[in-house]
Amino acid sequence: MISRWALRIMTSVIVAFIYIPIVVIVLYAFNQNRVPSWPPPGLSLKWFQAAAQNRGVLDAFTASIGAALGAMTIALVLGSLAAIAVARYRFFGRETISFLVILPIALPGIVTGIALKATFSEGGIPLGLVTVVVGHATFCIVVVYNNVIARLRRSSRSLEEASMDLGADSFQTFRRVTFPQIRTALLAGALLAFALSFDEIIVTTFTAGGVKTLPLWIFQNYKLANQAPIVNVAAVVAILLSMIPVYLAQRLAGAEGATRA
Amino acid sequence: MTTLATTPASRRRRAASFLYRRPRLQLALLLGAPLFWLVVAYLGSLAVLLVSAFWTYSAATDTINTKPSLDNFVEIIQSATYRTITLRTVGMAVLVTLTTAVLAFPIAYYMARVASRRVRNMLVVAVLLPLWASYVVKVYAWRIILSDQGILNWALRPFGIQGPGYGDVALWIVFTYLWLPYMILPIFAGLERIPQSVIEASGDLGGRSAQTFRRVILPLAFPAVVAGSIFTFSLTLGDYIAPSLITSTQFLGNVIAGKLGPAGDVQFAAALGTIPVVVMLVYLAAARRLGAFEAL
Repeated sequence: MISRWALRIMTSVIVAFIYIPIVVIVLYAFNQNRVPSWPPPGLSLKWFQAAAQNRGVLDAFTASIGAALGAMTIALVLGSLAAIAVARYRFFGRETISFLVILPIALPGIVTGIALKATFSEGGIPLGLVTVVVGHATFCIVVVYNNVIARLRRSSRSLEEASMDLGADSFQTFRRVTFPQIRTALLAGALLAFALSFDEIIVTTFTAGGVKTLPLWIFQNYKLANQAPIVNVAAVVAILLSMIPVYLAQRLAGAEGATRA
Repeated sequence: MTTLATTPASRRRRAASFLYRRPRLQLALLLGAPLFWLVVAYLGSLAVLLVSAFWTYSAATDTINTKPSLDNFVEIIQSATYRTITLRTVGMAVLVTLTTAVLAFPIAYYMARVASRRVRNMLVVAVLLPLWASYVVKVYAWRIILSDQGILNWALRPFGIQGPGYGDVALWIVFTYLWLPYMILPIFAGLERIPQSVIEASGDLGGRSAQTFRRVILPLAFPAVVAGSIFTFSLTLGDYIAPSLITSTQFLGNVIAGKLGPAGDVQFAAALGTIPVVVMLVYLAAARRLGAFEAL
C-alpha cells in the first residue's frame, strides 16, 4: 500500500511542477537583465514601464479586452437562453443541444479555426476584431451554458410555479424569482468566458487577420531578443487576466462550474 | 389620462398571457438565437470546411477548382511524409495521455480519498487555476526553462547532467505539463464517486490494500481516466503552438497551419484537418464504449 506520506510527497511534487513555470515567468518579468539567464542578477520594475509605453503591446492588450468583452456578452446571452430552454422545457432533440454546445471545444481548436477561416473567406467577410469575437463566442457559449444549467437543475421549479400561482406573469417571475437564483451562475459563466477568450490563440490565429490579441502578440514577438523583456511583462498580464476571473468564478459557482466541458 | 390598455405593465401582462398559452413559441424565442449561431455559424463552417476539402487549388494558375475530387486525400494517403507526421502526432498523443494518467493518479487519489475537506478544496483550486492560465504563456515559460541558460540546466548542472534542450523530448514534457490538470480533475471526480462501503467490503472479504486498489479502485476509476484522456488526446492532436515553440519537427497542427500561411492552400489544409477529426471521432466512439461519457 502506498503510504499516506508517499502520496503527500507525490502531490507536493506535482503541485510544484504545475506552478514552477508560472513562478519563473513572473520572476523574469522583474528581471533586471535583458537576457533570461538563471538566476536573475537582480529585480527591477523597469520592463513594466517600458511595456506601458510600447504601442504594439498596448494595442494588443486593448484588442484582447475588446474581444473578450464581446465574446463574453454574446456567450452570456446565447448560453443562458439555451440553458433555460433545455432545463425548463421538454422537446425533441433536447439532448442534441448539449452536444452541439460542447462540440466547439471538444474538436481540436485548429479544426474550428480553419473551418471559420474557410467560411469567412468564402463569404467575403474581412478578417478583424469582429471575426475574432465570432470565433471566441462560439466556444465560450459552453461555459455559460454549463454554469446556468447546473444552477437551474439544482434550483426547484416549485418557486417559479408558486410565483405564477400568486399572480405574477412570466416576465415578473423571471425577474423576481428565476434571475436572482441564477445571478451568480451567470456571473461565474461570464468570468470564465472572459478568461477563456482572453488567452485563446489557436482559433484566433485563423480569424484575426491584421488584429493582434495579446497572446498573438506574444507568439509573434517571443523570438525577438529586443522584445523579450516586454514579452515577459505581457505574459504576466495575460496570466493575471485569466487566473483572477477564474478564481472569482470558482468562488461564485464552486469548482464544478469551472471545469471546461 | 392614459387608458389601462396602454400602460407598460398591462402591455407586458398581455404579452405574458399570450406567450403563456403558446409554449412552442416560448421555446422558439429561447432557442432561436443560440441554435441559429451554433448551426449556421458553427456547423455551417464545418460543412464548408468539409466541402472545400474536396476542392483543389492550383498554385500555377491561382484558381480554385470547385469540381469535387478526391485529389487532396489521394495526395495525403500516398505521401510518406504525411503518414509519418500523422503517426508521430498520434504517437505523441498516446505518450502524453499515458504520462499524464500516471502523474495524475496519485494527486487525484490524495485529493479524493486522503486529504481533509479544506486541503481538498485548496488543491482543486490549485489545479484548476493553471488549467485556465494563458496557454501560450505556459509554453513560452517552458521555452525559457529549457533554454541553454535556463533554470533546468542550472538545476541539473551540479549532477553533471544536461537538460533535453529543444526537441521532441522537450515537447513531450511540455504537452504533459499543459494537459495534466485536464487529467487530474476527471480522475479526482471519478475517485470521489467510489462509495467508501465498496472499499470496506473489499477489505472485509479479505482483500489486502494492494488488491483492493488493483481490483476495486482501479477498475472503478478507469472510465474517469478515459474521460480525461479525451482532453489530453484531442488537445495534443490539434496543437501547433507548442510544437512551433519547442521543437523543429513537424506535427499535424504545424502542417495544417503552414498550409494556411501566405502561400496557402486552404483546400489542402481542410483535407488535412479531417485527419484529427476522424481520429477524434474514432477515439470518442471507443471512449463511449468504455463508459467515459458517464464520467465526464
